[in-house]
Amino acid sequence: MLAAEGGMGEFKVHRVRFFNYVPSGIRCVAYNNQSNRLAVSRTDGTVEIYNLSANYFQEKFFPGNESRSTEALCWAKEQRLFSAGLNGEIIEYDLQTLSIKYAMDAFGGPIWSMAASPSGSQLLVGCEDGSVKLFQITPDKIQFERNFDRQKNRILSLSWHPSGTHIAAGSIDYISVFDVKSGSVTHKMHVDRQYMGVSKRKCIIWGVAFLSDGTVVSVDSAGKVQFWDSATGTLVKSHLVANADVQSIAISDQEDSLVVGTAEGTVFHFQLVSVTSNSIEKQWVRTKPFQHHTHDVRTVAHSPTALISGGTDTHLVIRPLMEKVEVKNYDAALRKITFPHRRLISCSKKKQLLLFQFAHHLELWQLGSTVATGRNGDTLPLSKNADHLLHLKAKGPENIICSCISPCGSWMAYSTASRFFLYRLKYERGNISLQRVSKMPAFLHSALQILFSEDSTKLFVASNQGSLHIIRLLDGSFKHLHTFPSLSGTVESMCLLAVSPDGNWLAASGTSAGVHVYSIKLLKLHCTVPAYNFPVTALAIAPNTNNLVIAHSDQQVFEYSIPDKQYTEWSRALQKQGFHHLWLQRDTPITHISFHPKRPMHILLHDAYMFCIIDKSLPLPNDKTLLYNPIPPTNESDVIRRRTAHAFKISKLYKPLLFMDLLDERTLVAVERPLDDIIAQLPPPIKKKKFGT
Amino acid sequence: MAALEEEFTLSAVHLGAGPDGLLGVEPSDRADQFLVTDGGRSVVLYKLSAEVYRIYSTQGTEPIVLFKEGAVRGLEALLAEPQQKIESVISEEEVIRWTKIFMILRHPILLFITEKHETYFAYVQTVHSHTLSKYTLVLGEEKALIQSFTASMDRKLISLITLCSDGSVYEALIPTHPSDPEKTQRVVRSLLLKGIVSGNARNGAAVATLDQDHVAVLGPAPEASKECLSIWNTKFQTLQTSKELPQGTSGQLWYYGEILFMLHGKFLTVIPYKCEVSSLAGALGKLKHNQDQGTQAVTRFVSWETSQECFQNSEQSKRILRRRKSEMSIQPEAPASKQLLSSIKKDSEKHIEVELRKFLATKRTPGCHAVIGDIVTGLLGRSKAEPLFYPRNCLAQLIQTCALSYSLCPGLMEVALEKKDVQILQLCLQHFPDIPESATCACLKLFLSISDSSLKEADVHMESVSASSDGAPEERMEQQPGAVENGSSPAEADCAAAANGRPPGTREESASSPVLPKRAALLNAVLHSAYSETFLVPHLKDIPAQHVTLFLRYLYFLYLKCNENATMTLPGIHPPTLNQIMDWICLLLDANFTVVVMIPEAKRLLLSLYKFVKSQISICSELNKIEISFRELQKLNQEKNNRGLYSIEVLELF
Repeated sequence: MLAAEGGMGEFKVHRVRFFNYVPSGIRCVAYNNQSNRLAVSRTDGTVEIYNLSANYFQEKFFPGNESRSTEALCWAKEQRLFSAGLNGEIIEYDLQTLSIKYAMDAFGGPIWSMAASPSGSQLLVGCEDGSVKLFQITPDKIQFERNFDRQKNRILSLSWHPSGTHIAAGSIDYISVFDVKSGSVTHKMHVDRQYMGVSKRKCIIWGVAFLSDGTVVSVDSAGKVQFWDSATGTLVKSHLVANADVQSIAISDQEDSLVVGTAEGTVFHFQLVSVTSNSIEKQWVRTKPFQHHTHDVRTVAHSPTALISGGTDTHLVIRPLMEKVEVKNYDAALRKITFPHRRLISCSKKKQLLLFQFAHHLELWQLGSTVATGRNGDTLPLSKNADHLLHLKAKGPENIICSCISPCGSWMAYSTASRFFLYRLKYERGNISLQRVSKMPAFLHSALQILFSEDSTKLFVASNQGSLHIIRLLDGSFKHLHTFPSLSGTVESMCLLAVSPDGNWLAASGTSAGVHVYSIKLLKLHCTVPAYNFPVTALAIAPNTNNLVIAHSDQQVFEYSIPDKQYTEWSRALQKQGFHHLWLQRDTPITHISFHPKRPMHILLHDAYMFCIIDKSLPLPNDKTLLYNPIPPTNESDVIRRRTAHAFKISKLYKPLLFMDLLDERTLVAVERPLDDIIAQLPPPIKKKKFGT
Repeated sequence: MAALEEEFTLSAVHLGAGPDGLLGVEPSDRADQFLVTDGGRSVVLYKLSAEVYRIYSTQGTEPIVLFKEGAVRGLEALLAEPQQKIESVISEEEVIRWTKIFMILRHPILLFITEKHETYFAYVQTVHSHTLSKYTLVLGEEKALIQSFTASMDRKLISLITLCSDGSVYEALIPTHPSDPEKTQRVVRSLLLKGIVSGNARNGAAVATLDQDHVAVLGPAPEASKECLSIWNTKFQTLQTSKELPQGTSGQLWYYGEILFMLHGKFLTVIPYKCEVSSLAGALGKLKHNQDQGTQAVTRFVSWETSQECFQNSEQSKRILRRRKSEMSIQPEAPASKQLLSSIKKDSEKHIEVELRKFLATKRTPGCHAVIGDIVTGLLGRSKAEPLFYPRNCLAQLIQTCALSYSLCPGLMEVALEKKDVQILQLCLQHFPDIPESATCACLKLFLSISDSSLKEADVHMESVSASSDGAPEERMEQQPGAVENGSSPAEADCAAAANGRPPGTREESASSPVLPKRAALLNAVLHSAYSETFLVPHLKDIPAQHVTLFLRYLYFLYLKCNENATMTLPGIHPPTLNQIMDWICLLLDANFTVVVMIPEAKRLLLSLYKFVKSQISICSELNKIEISFRELQKLNQEKNNRGLYSIEVLELF
C-alpha cells in the first residue's frame, strides 16, 4: 500500500515491552491550597510537584536518594516545602533551582511525622525516640526551639489544633495531646487494642487530625477511625472500617469532610452531616467508600474539591467530589496518575538503540529486525531478536535525574544530583565497549536535561542554576564551547531542551517562564516565545522549516517559526478554530514530539494512551467530526473518505505508551509498559475474602 | 475496663516487722525492679543539726532533702555546706503526715501535708524557684480524720485525694503555681465516692490514684469486716473490681506503672493492674465492637452525656456536674425528697406511691440522681425488713427515670429475682447499662423456668415481640412447653426425617414460637442486654439442660423468622437483631455443648443447626470456588492478549 493513496501510510512498528520500569510507591502527599499544588513523595525519596491548576501536570521533581526516605512531607508559609525521613533529617526543597536547600539533623533518631503550624511559621517533627521537636521557620532556614515532653514510643503522626495552641500526637497504643506553650501532655487517650475480638500486641496510631472544636480523629492499625474529645480525653465514636490498618487521614479546611485510606486499598469519605433534615446537631457519617487502589493507601490529602490518595500500588488518584465541582466538565472526572510526565527513554536512530533510564541504572538495548512484510495488524517473524547490550549501574545512593544517548549511538550521558557522567561507546564486531570520559569540568556536576545535537558533535546540558552549557564532542574528548547564563537574574531551571536538526537553534523551557530560543551559531539569545499560562510538556524543532512545536499541559499545541519569530499560519488557524473537545479532554500530557524526515507537513506526538500524526495539509477537525476513527475505510467511496479525513490521525493501539519515535521513514518504535506487568512486580495485596468468614 | 491480675508474693521474707511497718516502695530505673524500704532492716542516718524527714531521689535531678520542720534543700547544697542553718517552716505541734514529689518540666515540686490539732495544711514547694505556698484543707462539716493520701498531677493542678475515717474519698485541687504565694489559701475538697470503706478499720485504710478516673482503695468493705482491695471508677462512680485480702493488710498501698504493692499478712504482695479508660462502655466492662453502625442497638450503651441529660440540659462540663452532684448529696435535699424518704420508713405502699409521684413531678435537680438511689435503697431496706412490703409500682417508676444503674442499687435486681418479679427484671434489663453477666444470667434462668401461670399475671412489655408470633392461639401455647418439659417429643422420627434430607420440622418450627409471647418478650430483653463473652459463658453453664434446649429452640425459631424476609430482620418495634440471635446460639452451644448433645430432645435441633451451618459453609466454599475460577479465566484472557516482550508489527494509519 502506498502513501500516495491519501492515508498516512504503512509502518513497521517495533513494539517494545521489555522496559521493566516500576514506579516507586507513594509515601506522602501534601496539598497546598494557595498555589493549588500537590507535593508527592515516593518510597525512593523522589519528591514530585503537581500543578492541579495546570491539568494535574507534574511540573517539578526532586530526584530520590537511597539513603533518604521521606516519611513526612509538608508545606509551610510562603509555599516552602519540607520533608523528613528515617535518616533523621529535615530537608527543605528549593522549588526554583529544583535542588535541596539544606538538610538538618533533628537529633531524635528516625523522623516519622511532621506538621507545619496553622500559621506556617513553625514545624513540628515526631521522632523514633518519642520526642516531639518544635522548630521555628526563619526566612532562610529552620531553627530548633524546644522539645515537648518525651513519650515512651515513637511519634507516628502529628496534627495541630487550628488555633495553634495544642497538638495531637499519635504513638503506639495512645494519643497524646500537648499544650504547645508548656510542651506538656494534657491528655493521653488510650486506644483499645482489640482487633476483631483478638487482642493485638500493639495498636499503632497511623494518623491524627485535630479539629477546631477539640475533636481528635485518629486512625489506627486495628482498622478503626475514632473520634475523641480532647478536653476530657474520652472516646466519642468509633468506626471499624477495615480488617487491616487504616493508614492515613486528611481533613478539609472547612472541617466538614475527611478522608481515610486503608491497607486494603479502600478510601473512605466521612462527612459532617445534620442528624435530621433541619437540625443544627451534626454528626460524622461514613458516606462513600472508594476502591481505586489495590494496595495500601499510605497517604491521603483533601483539596477543596477532591480527595487525593496514593500508596504502594504507585498510582496517584485524584477523585473530585462531585458536589464541590461547580462546572460538570472533564475536571470532574477521576484522575489516576501512574507514569512520570517526562521521558525516561532516549533513542539512537542510526544504530536502532534504546536507552532506558531507571532510578539507579541504565539499560541499553538494540532493536531486532525482520525481512518479512505484511498487512495492517500482522506480527512479522523476527530475523533477529532485540538484544540487551549494556547494564550500567549508577554509583552512589542518588537517583538518576536524566540520561541521553546520542543519535549516532557512540555517546551516552547521565546525571545525578551531584555528578555528571559522559561515556564513549565503541562497537567492535558485535561487542560493545564503554569508556568514561574523565575530567569533566567542575561546572558540570548536575544536569536537569541532556541533549545531543543531531550530528552528535555537540552536547547541551541544562544545569540546575538556570544556565545552559554547550560542549563540543571530539573523538574521545570534549571542549566547553559556551554557557548561556540564566536569563535576567532568574534562577529558574530549564527542564526541557530541543535542538534543530541543522544544529543552529537551541530551544529551552523552564517550569513556568516561556520558551527561549538561542542561536548556536551566534551564541546568543535569539527570541523568547510569548508566555503562555500552562507549563510546557514537550518541545521539538522541525527540520528545514525550523518551526518550533510546543505542547502544553492544557493539551494545546503551538507551532512557532524561529526564523520569523512568530507563530505560523497553521498554528494561528488551529487556535482560531480550536482543538477538538475530545483532544482537550485527554488526561495525560504529550511527552514527545518528532517529525517525519521526508514529510515536512507531518508532526508526530504521543501521550500515554495514544499517538497521533498531525497532517497539516488536511482540514482541521471540528467538534462534530469523529476525532478518533480506527476502522479502515473498506467499502466507502473515496468521496466520503476525503470528507471525513482530517489532520489528526490517532492510534490507540499501544498503551500505556512511554515512548514513540520514528526510526526511519517507514519504521516506528513504541515502548509500552502494561499495568499488569507493574502490578506483577508489586508485593501481593491483602487478600480479601469475599464470601464466608 | 479495669481488672486486677493474678497476685504474687515477693520472697518469703517477713517485712514490716519494724515499729513503722514497711517504709516504702519506690520505682527504680528499671521497669521490673522496685526498691523496698523496711523499717526493720534499714539503718540510714544523716546527722545534721536538724532532723531529716525524708530524702527524695528522682531521676534527672539531685536528691532533695525534706526536714521535719518543713525546710527543703538540695542534697548537694547540703553536703557542700553541712553547717548551714535549717529554718523552721511549719509551726510547732504541726507534724508532716504525708509527702509526694512531682516533676514539672524536669523541675521537682514537693507536696507535703501537715496536721495540727486535726487541721490539715498542704505545702507546695517548688524546689528550683524556692517558692513555698501554703494551703489550708477545708474539711467541710464532717470532722473525719484523714486516713490516707494520694495525689496526681494534671498540668497546673495537683489533685489531692484523701480517704477519711468516714470511709469516703474526697478530692482537693491544689494549684502548682499559686496566684499569691504569700498568703495562706484555702482549698475546698469535694466528695468523690461516699462510704466505700468501713469507718472502723483496724489497720487504717489506704487509697492510691491509678489514673485520672480510677482509684484503688485498700481497707475493709462497709458491710463486711474482711479487708479487700477495690478499684473504683471515680468518673462514673462504679466499682470496677475488688479482691479480698483475708490475712489482713497494714493499710499501706503503693502504685507504680500498673503494679500495686501492699502487705498481705506478713508478705509484700504484688498485684498487676490493667485498665483501659475513655469510654463508658469500657468503664462498665461492656465494651463490644458494634459491627453495624447506625442500628438501634447502639443506644444500649448509654453514653454518660445522654444519661446526664435525663436530668438537665445545662451545658456545664461533666466534671463540674459530678462535683456538684456529690456536694448536693451531702447537703439537705429538697423537701419533697425528704418527705418521701421519711415516708418510706413507715407509711403504706399507697402513701409512698403518692409521695413518689409528687417527688417525680418536681423539677429534676442535679443531685436527684443520688436521691433516687437513696430512695431505692430505702425501699429495698424496708422490703428486706418486712417481707410483705414490696412496692413494685414505685420501683418500676424509679427504674423508668433512667437515673438508676445496677451499680447504684445492686440490691434491686437481687430482690426482684428473689420475688420472681419478671416485670421489674425486664425493666432493669432495658434501662440499666451496667448489669453484670451473673445477674443477666440469673434473669435468663428465671425467665426460662418461671411457670406459665405466674407469667400470665405478669405485666410485661411486649413491644419486642412481633405481632405474628404473639397472635398464636392460646391452646397451642399450653401444649408447647409441656412437649418440651416432659421430654417425650418424637425425636427419633425427626432424625429419620433429617436423614432423608428433608429439613427437619422446618415448617412447624417457623410457624409457631416454642415459648409464650410473654416469655419471648422477657427473653428478648436478655438478648438485647450487653455482655462480655468471657464473663457470660461460665454462668450459662449453670442453666438446666431442658431450659437450654428451650432457649435454643426459641433462638432457632427467631432465626427462621429472620430468614423470612430479605433484610434478615424481625418485625416489631425493637426486635432482637440477627447478630444477637446468632451470638447467643453460639454462646449457649459453647457453654453447654456436651450436655445438649446428650439430650434426646435437643437432637433434632442440633441436627438442623448442624445442617444449617454445613449448608452455609458449602455455599461459601462454592462461592469461593467460583471466584477463583473467574480469576483463572481472567488470567487466561490476559495471557491471550499478552504478545510477549517484543514484536515487530505492521500498522497502517488511515
